[in-house]
Amino acid sequence: MQMAATKQKNENAPAITPGNVIEVRNLVTYYGTRRILNDVSLDIREGEIMVIMGGSGSGKSTLLRYLMALEKQTSGTINILGHDIGTISKKDFFNMRKKLGVAFQGGALFSSMTVGENIMLPLYEHTKLDRKTMEIMARMKLEVVSLAGFENLMPSELSGGMIKRAAVARAIVMDPKILFFDEPSAGLDPVVSSALDDLILTLREAMGMTIVVVTHELESAFKIADRITMLDRGDILFQGTVEEIRSHPSERIQNLLNRRSEDQTIDPDEYMKRLTGEDVKGRLA
Amino acid sequence: MTNEIQQKTSAKFFDRVGRSAVGMLEEVGRYGVMLFDSIYWLVMGPNLKQPVRVASVFSEMMEIGIRAIPIVGMMAGTIGIMLAIQGIYTLRIFGAESRVVIGIAFSMVREFGPLITGILVAGRSGSALAARLGTMKISQEIDALEVMGINPVRFLVVPALLGCLIMVPALTFFGDVVGLWAAGVYVGVALDISMAAYIDQTIDILSVDDLMHGLGKSVIFAVLIALIGVLNGFMVKGGAEGVGKATTRAVVHCISALVVTDMLFAFMVTR
Repeated sequence: MQMAATKQKNENAPAITPGNVIEVRNLVTYYGTRRILNDVSLDIREGEIMVIMGGSGSGKSTLLRYLMALEKQTSGTINILGHDIGTISKKDFFNMRKKLGVAFQGGALFSSMTVGENIMLPLYEHTKLDRKTMEIMARMKLEVVSLAGFENLMPSELSGGMIKRAAVARAIVMDPKILFFDEPSAGLDPVVSSALDDLILTLREAMGMTIVVVTHELESAFKIADRITMLDRGDILFQGTVEEIRSHPSERIQNLLNRRSEDQTIDPDEYMKRLTGEDVKGRLA
Repeated sequence: MTNEIQQKTSAKFFDRVGRSAVGMLEEVGRYGVMLFDSIYWLVMGPNLKQPVRVASVFSEMMEIGIRAIPIVGMMAGTIGIMLAIQGIYTLRIFGAESRVVIGIAFSMVREFGPLITGILVAGRSGSALAARLGTMKISQEIDALEVMGINPVRFLVVPALLGCLIMVPALTFFGDVVGLWAAGVYVGVALDISMAAYIDQTIDILSVDDLMHGLGKSVIFAVLIALIGVLNGFMVKGGAEGVGKATTRAVVHCISALVVTDMLFAFMVTR
């Protein structure tokens, strides 16, 4: 009887290592028949800023979609805040989602709503607060991202940097446990980009949240990261601190850090086949 | 050698036919899943603390229905007059112009009212739904909803579906009335019949079954317009070009589906 109770307790206990908020084990993903992530395993610790880096096509955006639970894995396991995404119930899934905040690359603000309405939307959907309180909370979050007084503007009336900050305000309005940033510096000038990095650091200091940032901006990554995960062609090339990655002996990592492209050896036969399209014809036939 | 080429060609042909058939089945499946999901969220939403917002339904009703009143009225009126003109011209051959009211009443209420309203709503709202959802998809707004724990089907699809379900039959009824009235005005002038006599004849001819025939079709049209518009929006890939293609596809599919459904409905119910 006691053993059964203990077993029940163990099954209900979160299958995540204490101190971790996200655990990914042996994740393999495909886009059609193309393999995107190869057996990726990753831990994200509570309260840290984890930066996921990699070149274009390295799989970092795909990994982010899995970390945000926007995709369900078919191979491997993903555990977010103690919930196994593969087996989580619908109700728990929605409750877990409320603890995640995301600032998308383009902001993803709803163009039919004002900035204030965008920020109030999660409160309107998930709480029973009255409108006045929601407005006050929205203004508080806008104050945090230095956008106070902009709540009545439409997203189309904001600049690129302001849209990103408004998106951050919306992402933090429910005080999430994990905050995701997808390419926060993309399309911004260096000054605005640096200000956004400072905002990320301030958010961690002030709210103690775990922050996951996907970027390919080295300067930004080195400034904000506690730990860095470097992806290359679907594999994790490196995981560690900023100092560790800087002093890493791997030529591939140093090439990526110093923006050097790799020498490519060309097979003349393969090259001719590609030019004449023979391999394509062969595959079609 | 020639045999081998022929075999390859026929294999390719059957491969294409097979793929198209599977693609069509997949699409039908998607419509079924979307309808099921919409009903699920409408019924189960409150239990999951995600009720469908009444304000969103009213907003969709305003967009789909109220704003379409002028164009539906104008087109229904035009169709009514056109039916009267053609009816009088045809029946004059037999010297039976006064019987034109029968043709107008049945054609308008059973056929033209629902079909014209359906086509207009498909053109206005089916395309708008596809464009709106497509744009939201490429700008990651739908992802943002999901991450916020807001189900996109409950938040975006159910209000549009309910808006269509309420407003398409209402617009159809409005179109019927305007079409019959406009035809009555023309018949009155052309055949020297008073409006009161025309209305009397129309009420005598039409039964509740006739009205329900048209309104029943309009309910099916409403579901088709909403689902086709929404699904084409959700399936957008690429950028602005993808949105444009989805919008065009939504309108073409909506109108084709309405016309085919109309024929099938007439075949099954009218014979």
